[in-house]
Amino acid sequence: MPGQSVGVVTSQRAHFDQPLHLRSGGVLPAYDLVYETYGTLNTAKSNAILVCHALSGHHHVAGHYADAPNNIGWWDNIIGPGRPLDTDKFFIVGLNNPGGCHGSTGPSSINPATGKPWGADFPIVAVSDWVEAQARLADRLGIDAWAAIIGGSLGGMQAMRWTISQPERVRNAIIIASAPKLSAQNIAFNDVARQAILTDPDFHGGNYYEHNTRPVRGLRLARMLGHITYLSDDQMGEKFGRELRNGSFGFDFDVEFEVESYLRYQGDKFAGYFDANTYLLMTKALDYFDPARLDGGDLTKAMARSNPNTGFLIASFTTDWRFTPARSKEIVAALLACNRNVSYAEIDLNFGHDSFLMDDAHYHGVVAAYLRNIKL
Amino acid sequence: MTHTLGRPDFDIISAWIEPGHRVLDLGCGDGTLLKHLIDTRGVRGVGVEIDDANILAAITNGINVLQGNLEKGLDEFADQSFDHVVLSRTLQTVRHTEGVLREMLRVGREAVVSFPNFAYWKNLRSVLDGRMPVSEDLPYQWYDSPNVRFFTLLDFEALCTRMGLIIRERHVLDEGGNMVENADERELNFLGSLAVYRLTQAR
Repeated sequence: MPGQSVGVVTSQRAHFDQPLHLRSGGVLPAYDLVYETYGTLNTAKSNAILVCHALSGHHHVAGHYADAPNNIGWWDNIIGPGRPLDTDKFFIVGLNNPGGCHGSTGPSSINPATGKPWGADFPIVAVSDWVEAQARLADRLGIDAWAAIIGGSLGGMQAMRWTISQPERVRNAIIIASAPKLSAQNIAFNDVARQAILTDPDFHGGNYYEHNTRPVRGLRLARMLGHITYLSDDQMGEKFGRELRNGSFGFDFDVEFEVESYLRYQGDKFAGYFDANTYLLMTKALDYFDPARLDGGDLTKAMARSNPNTGFLIASFTTDWRFTPARSKEIVAALLACNRNVSYAEIDLNFGHDSFLMDDAHYHGVVAAYLRNIKL
Repeated sequence: MTHTLGRPDFDIISAWIEPGHRVLDLGCGDGTLLKHLIDTRGVRGVGVEIDDANILAAITNGINVLQGNLEKGLDEFADQSFDHVVLSRTLQTVRHTEGVLREMLRVGREAVVSFPNFAYWKNLRSVLDGRMPVSEDLPYQWYDSPNVRFFTLLDFEALCTRMGLIIRERHVLDEGGNMVENADERELNFLGSLAVYRLTQAR
């Protein structure tokens, strides 16, 4: 990977007193957002890029902490001096969305009204709510318009939503491995994941914090299922095949195949740190996302609300069966129909939906080339 | 004779396109033609490319480019959404010749097509000498050529007739990129190395 890491980073916290009125009708009376920035905001404040995170992401996008050198940001490979999101040119902002579990106000935060964790009372948040929260953070940082907003998967949906809700504040949107709305199959996967959590006896209707427990089994299953859908069949075949851990059949229900071992490990790791209520909220935000809904399903009409000068880079991955290239092309077709500047790359990478996190020379080359052409 | 961007057909195509037109360039390569048209004629342009390296090059050139396969149609484009749909030196590389031409005139008011003429006398002589032609306009060996259809000016015009396509304009160039003039149809077919057509269809 060319370029360098941004090195040591620190997180910051911003408190907002102005209530956030949510799409669901709920209200967050006040909230905190944790965020990180990399690079330097120029005097014209025209070089800012917002990185939106996906289902399990957060504000720690790049670099590492001084006291935790192994805690590397989730998209470190694309950010830094000489990397596609070049911190010598751009000022990069990453935040943890409301409802998250990495420091921003979420279900595990204390509800000031009760003095107890929000738990089940935390309102349902939508992608448009995150955009509003992100816009307020932009106000706080003095950023009128983002040079670019970039995100993969659910992060791409936020970038897309920005162009519709805040058209004057986004000059470029880079929407990777995303979709204009989930398919029935996608919602079905999310529902199985939610059911795993909701039916875990340790869930306690979402108020498990008070019971000093966590629905670890449900969250673990949800992650295992999700993980399968983020990988490609080919990749799993190459990585694990039918390899047996002990070389022969055990004729029991212990871990036998390498793929089982891998999935259980991933599930355990995730269930160890992620909050189940946040997982539920994130999957609902995915399910509800449908910016064309209020336009009678007409995506062209929705995208026509974007600024005619906003540029779009849409990218998909050939092996992504969760958010297929065809879904990205729906966004492309809508943008073409309303005469927007759009480029589309269909990247041949073997890692399924997770490809968007991979360090691939062509993929990163495309993003870098697009960003290099942005005039500040 | 010097040509814009070293491509004589680009000069002809450029002259046909008016300022502000919407142009779709199929098989746009690194976006050289579109960039030229945007810079000199202020067109709104989009390219389509299948090749990864060209996608990267076109984005580097600041061109709107979409990765896709012409053979699979142009579904993402609405009917009559372009003034010109350009297919330069690419028709001989596609299998679904009729489908591609129909799609071009579905999404565009006018199709601009350039292709190498296999009946060019040097090509014919090469075959008579026992070897497949390699020239300025056919710069490949038989084993590495992307070309899958081998046809002549007269073949192409016969297809246009059969498909009901109207040839609005035609320019025929020799290997040096000079216009072949004052020749009858059969002579053109022998003297032309590259042909550029403007096509429409009755609506």
